[in-house]
Amino acid sequence: MATVRIPSVLRKHTDGAAKLTAEGGTVGEVLRAAAAAHPGLEDQLFDDGSVRGYINVYVDDEDIRYVSGLDSPVTPDSEVALMPAVAGGAPA
Amino acid sequence: MRFGDISQAVGHTPLVAVPRLSPPGCTIHLKLEGHNPTGSVKDRVAKYLIEEAERSGTLRAGQRIVEPTSGNTGIGLAAICRVKGHPLTCVLPENTSQERKQLLTLFGAELVFSPATEGSNGSVRVARELADADPDAYMPFQYGNAANALAHYETTAPEIIADLPEVAAFVAGLGTGGSVTGVGRRLKRWNPDVKVYAAEPEYGDLVYGLRNLDEGYVPEVLDLEVLDSRIKVNSRKALKATRELAEVEGIFAGVSTGASLVVAQRVAARLPDGADIVAMSPDGGWKYLSTGAYAPGDLDELATSISGTLWA
Repeated sequence: MATVRIPSVLRKHTDGAAKLTAEGGTVGEVLRAAAAAHPGLEDQLFDDGSVRGYINVYVDDEDIRYVSGLDSPVTPDSEVALMPAVAGGAPA
Repeated sequence: MRFGDISQAVGHTPLVAVPRLSPPGCTIHLKLEGHNPTGSVKDRVAKYLIEEAERSGTLRAGQRIVEPTSGNTGIGLAAICRVKGHPLTCVLPENTSQERKQLLTLFGAELVFSPATEGSNGSVRVARELADADPDAYMPFQYGNAANALAHYETTAPEIIADLPEVAAFVAGLGTGGSVTGVGRRLKRWNPDVKVYAAEPEYGDLVYGLRNLDEGYVPEVLDLEVLDSRIKVNSRKALKATRELAEVEGIFAGVSTGASLVVAQRVAARLPDGADIVAMSPDGGWKYLSTGAYAPGDLDELATSISGTLWA
């Protein structure tokens, strides 16, 4: 299962967990699985099916916007990281 | 090389290959910006911010300048402002290293501190408040000033093209976005096949911890369209590569250089065989000695202990 890293601002929705594991062959499937297990994440992560602009999503350190977005492939060893956009971050 | 004063001695930095740290089938070259007058790439930006504002009439002789800066831009501005006769107020995170604070003070700048936990965003907020309260202050605002990327478009990139016309890829860290945007645009105009990659510092929880999600801030200078990808680098990997540069290649660089090197090594496999990659080395390691980044010790412990100050 892929690892999902949760930034501290979202941990109130994961019972304080900084890392989750979730099944999926793409970043989108992994994030949907994580949100299914922790329903509070759904609204924080997605807006009309897209990842909210103030969150950057990385698969194995690479911004998924430059891979294949939510269709970016994930292996069982992959790490999907969620990071709040900061200076130098993505469009809000 | 002979110059009339320090503001004219900016740029023309060495481009140095690091063959022992280049993956097989490519050569990584570092643009050693630590060779600028105050020791960082920001001398180019500081010079352009001031001279463009003077040229356009936005900045009057003797007018005060207020700028949010995590250190290097402030130091560059402070030196330039000295010789051009502008008083300077720098707003910087309170966790900025002692070396930087002392340099700024030595150059005659006034220092105002913003909370460490707010990072660059906090400095921007405080500087805006100061500038709004003083109608005579001019804030160049490197995050939103086209002169920032222009400095790289007109000076850094042409130097790279002159020294290495066959450049296939450029890597730089993401701060204001000025170097990836300015150098990237010029290199792609020179050769549309050139790839541009951003190395994004991965801050520690300390930095992210108290931040609200809606505070996400994107510098206007950053043009995401010029990027072929953006790859984050954590403190441990950046520190490891930075220390290897000294140990293997005899180059003493700041930790942002290590981050760019990590990304250059990673993207090498995506480039044609024999590709030449230029990675930005924004500064030397001197101003970070007090952080402990170069001290003997366990890499994991060092990375953890300095993650709050490393990128400041």
